[in-house]
Amino acid sequence: MSALIDLFSVAAIGAGLFFFFAGTVGLLRFPDSLTRLHALSKADNLGLGLVVLGLIPRAENPLAALKLLVVWALVLLSGASTAQLIGRALRRGRK
Amino acid sequence: MSVLPALDVGLALLVVGVAAWTIAARNLFASVVGYVAYGLLLALVWVRLYAPDVALTEAAVGGGVTGVLLVTAGKRLDALASAEVGVPPGRALKILAGALAALVAGALAWVVLTLPSPAPSLAPAAAEAAAGPGAGLGNPITAVLISYRSFDTMLEKVVLILAVLGVWSVGADAAWGAAPAPLRKVRPDGAMILLAQFLAPVGLLIGVHIFWVGADAPGGAFQGGALLAAMGMVAMMARLAEPPRIDSRKLRLALVAGPAVFLIVGVAGLALADNLFAYPQNFAKPLILFIEAFMVLSIAVALPMLVCGPPNGSPK
Amino acid sequence: MDEFLLSAAGVIIATVAVGLVRILRGPDDVDRLMAVQLLGTGGIAALLLTAYATRVPGVDDVALGLALLAAFATMAFLNHLDAGQGDASQGGSEP
Repeated sequence: MSALIDLFSVAAIGAGLFFFFAGTVGLLRFPDSLTRLHALSKADNLGLGLVVLGLIPRAENPLAALKLLVVWALVLLSGASTAQLIGRALRRGRK
Repeated sequence: MSVLPALDVGLALLVVGVAAWTIAARNLFASVVGYVAYGLLLALVWVRLYAPDVALTEAAVGGGVTGVLLVTAGKRLDALASAEVGVPPGRALKILAGALAALVAGALAWVVLTLPSPAPSLAPAAAEAAAGPGAGLGNPITAVLISYRSFDTMLEKVVLILAVLGVWSVGADAAWGAAPAPLRKVRPDGAMILLAQFLAPVGLLIGVHIFWVGADAPGGAFQGGALLAAMGMVAMMARLAEPPRIDSRKLRLALVAGPAVFLIVGVAGLALADNLFAYPQNFAKPLILFIEAFMVLSIAVALPMLVCGPPNGSPK
Repeated sequence: MDEFLLSAAGVIIATVAVGLVRILRGPDDVDRLMAVQLLGTGGIAALLLTAYATRVPGVDDVALGLALLAAFATMAFLNHLDAGQGDASQGGSEP
């Protein structure tokens, strides 16, 4: 059972690493602010989400697991709203 | 080399690198943003030093209050435009500044190098106090803050009030009593309103939770209060709430509540526990939580008032 | 397994730290903020991974605090952007 959980964690966290990597590469290599914003939200939403997913089975109690989910939910909410706000500002030509 | 030391060394190098870059940056806003990044990294460093209490403070103050303060200040200075370019300093001024910086750095280095070994420490005394009169608290840090060095802790909150007074006194005479300017001029986008409507209640809950667990686990009055302060600011940034008038009685009572209650309980200690700032052994814990609750209130009100700035506009 | 979690934390920090080059390069202030936001998310992920590997108590609360404040600098920045560059098109009325 524990080996199975380890395998799951490695898979999920490894996938999370990939999205952080992709987000950073996008932030550095994409040509303009709007596309960079797009890259950033991948790291925010999927990168952290997959890391959290990989850690959940390792949580000591249900409350700790819930806290992990709340952390992810807060980052999702912040990331989505600020991406929207930044996108609008950029469209109006403000930067 | 195993993984953990490698991680620590990497983190330390990164912190030093970001710090150096923040100082060296030519673009004002870039260095402000660099400083925010530096604060985030410091929170990680504190966790690696097994000091989650300090990490929590760094996260709440660095990420919330100072982040907003610095970004606001950076943008205002940017608007003045002289901050980045200005008149380049003359050679004499450069040499003088360099000499002063070298002097300070040299003095610090000398002090660090000549520290006696083993260093003098109050740690055993504090640990003893936390275990004895520190009373029923599972978190030794809270016990030390409220019991061992209670006078310092109270005066820290007085300093916070003095800082708020200092900010208020910068305003024009005619504006005295009025409210500070709102944190945002125009009506915000729907997305920002939604964000604040979700964040503020959740943050309120988390702030109170961190204050409450602070008795037995990492957390405490300052960390909880700073998070609540941040939530007040988020509401003001989305114009869900406006900064209060500075002559509001409620505001002023909330500001002084923490130190006042602390002082009253402390003086009552003379009669109840035969010492100033001592607590009766049997109900030290409820008493400490009682004091801390008012401290949370004062901190949660004082920090946003510092960010809001001096009163603005007409007094009536 | 702990070694894996710590390595993952190290890789994430190293990755998002490279992203900080965006603060140096800009070109716009918005890009700089995005780099910090990426560092914030990556920092939360690394914090959680380190906490689960070294078992420091209370770190989930630190992560909660960081997640709660993830959008703060961006919000303050956008408020100034909107205030500084004319109020003609106020929120919500974009075509």
